[in-house]
Amino acid sequence: MINPILQTTGLSKRFITNEIFEGIDISINDGKSLAIIGGSGQGKSVLLKCIVGLIKPDSGEIFYEGSLLRGKHKQKFMNSFGIVFQGAALFDSLPIWENISFKFKYSKSHSAKERRQLAAEKLDLVGLPRSSLDLYPSELSGGMQKRVGIARAIATKPKNLFFDEPTAGLDPIMANTISTLIREVIQELGSTAITISHDLNSIRKIADDVALLHKGRIEWNGPIKAFEKSTNTNIKEFISPDST
Amino acid sequence: MILRWFFQIGTLFFNFFFSVGNLVVFIAKILTSGFIPPFYLKEVTTQLYKIGYTSLPVVGLTAFFTGGALALQIFEGGSRFNAESVVPSIVAIGMIRELGPVLGGLMVAGRVSAAMAAEIGTMKVTEQLDALTTLSTDPIKYLVFPRIIASIVSLPILVLVGNTIGVMGGLFVGVTRLNFNSNSYLLNTIEYLTFDDFLSSLIKATIFGFIIGVMGCYNGFFSNRGAEGVGRATTAAVVSSSILILASNYFLTELLFKP
Ligand SMILES: Nc1ncnc2c1ncn2[C@@H]1O[C@H](COP(=O)(O)OP(=O)(O)OP(=O)(O)O)[C@@H](O)[C@H]1O
Ligand SMILES: [Mg+2]
Repeated sequence: MINPILQTTGLSKRFITNEIFEGIDISINDGKSLAIIGGSGQGKSVLLKCIVGLIKPDSGEIFYEGSLLRGKHKQKFMNSFGIVFQGAALFDSLPIWENISFKFKYSKSHSAKERRQLAAEKLDLVGLPRSSLDLYPSELSGGMQKRVGIARAIATKPKNLFFDEPTAGLDPIMANTISTLIREVIQELGSTAITISHDLNSIRKIADDVALLHKGRIEWNGPIKAFEKSTNTNIKEFISPDST
Repeated sequence: MILRWFFQIGTLFFNFFFSVGNLVVFIAKILTSGFIPPFYLKEVTTQLYKIGYTSLPVVGLTAFFTGGALALQIFEGGSRFNAESVVPSIVAIGMIRELGPVLGGLMVAGRVSAAMAAEIGTMKVTEQLDALTTLSTDPIKYLVFPRIIASIVSLPILVLVGNTIGVMGGLFVGVTRLNFNSNSYLLNTIEYLTFDDFLSSLIKATIFGFIIGVMGCYNGFFSNRGAEGVGRATTAAVVSSSILILASNYFLTELLFKP
């Protein structure tokens, strides 16, 4: 165990003149689950994409297992995680089962039959009927697509998991099911997780630690217990919007 | 006022060179990443079907009517100095050296580069390109390279088929409307054709295929966010590939021209 397993120092990003965030320091310990919260448009998705290497930050560094992410080490990191995007980002041109097992599609390790079997098992896990295996993403509802997205992210049993608003747009019962599912998956795989969320119930279920992104900075971060008792006005507003 | 003009012209130039630079980098990336494994052969066959096979009707119809119209025009022109008999060979030469590749290229540009830009652009704005990257799949290798290979391979074949159908269009009109004998029309066609005619046709088609693939993928890949961005990328793909086809056609003709 190397702690912290994932760490950013001084991460900054701007799009031309639009500064998104500056000097972001986040660290997360092995096997822990961190929730990042913050208002809409505060840059949470951009921050997550910087961490997973999809967007190049303007400055700042990212460390994984104690060393700087670059070269071979970055390759290793890129193979170590599963991610669920805010809009699910399923491949339109492929049926659900190929979406879920995509990572193995071009590797010799799995035959088509094995990949289908794997997809079926993951579908069970996220609570979708096996009859959806041969459907295409456009034939599923938004919530179902999200669940397929989760199934795809966990198909490789990754060591690290990232979720961008996994419960947004779901009904409360489904949101609760998904939160429970995420917690179970994290525990079962012993994964380290970062979840972006607006959903307090979900955060209570999933997170060990919480970080609040506000106006381009990490305004608050700490364990979930302290979060609930925090006197920070933005957090209080987040927990009970009417009381302020 | 004048300063603003200068500024605008400056921005225009800057944007132009920025795009050209971007495009060069993009092509370099395709060439460097495309030839190292893994290869997505199945993607190439899918694209061959999509780009090549499904374009056959469009290219065939265009060629047939163009060949027919060409026969009428050349007959009309030729009759002014009693040279109606040149119709078969001029139709064939005009079709094979010039109109076959250019019209075929333009038709396929309209169909295919637009479709590529729309597909890849949509994948970009819906984060599917990001998802590919996180699943250890390079979008350039997986999406772009197979499309470009498929359009480079498809275009010469399409043009060859188009050329043949175009000549047949000329033959049809020649026989039904201009009282040519079909045997002598065909003999006349073949007699004056050279290997160079076919070669120049195929060289043009190959290069047009490259242009179509690159412009379609490039515009999709760098489309802006949202549906509007994808719409603009689609238009840009068609316009830029058409213009590049017409411009490069001139220079290729110049290059392949032997006085
Ligand atoms: N590729 C991009 N180019 C330019 N601006 C961008 C880009 N991606 C994001 N932005 C801008 O960055 C800001 C933050 O976007 P982001 O998607 O990270 O917000 P968010 O915190 O995830 O919001 P939400 O909760 O609504 O998902 C927005 O103002 C957005 O317009
Ligand atoms: Mg977001």
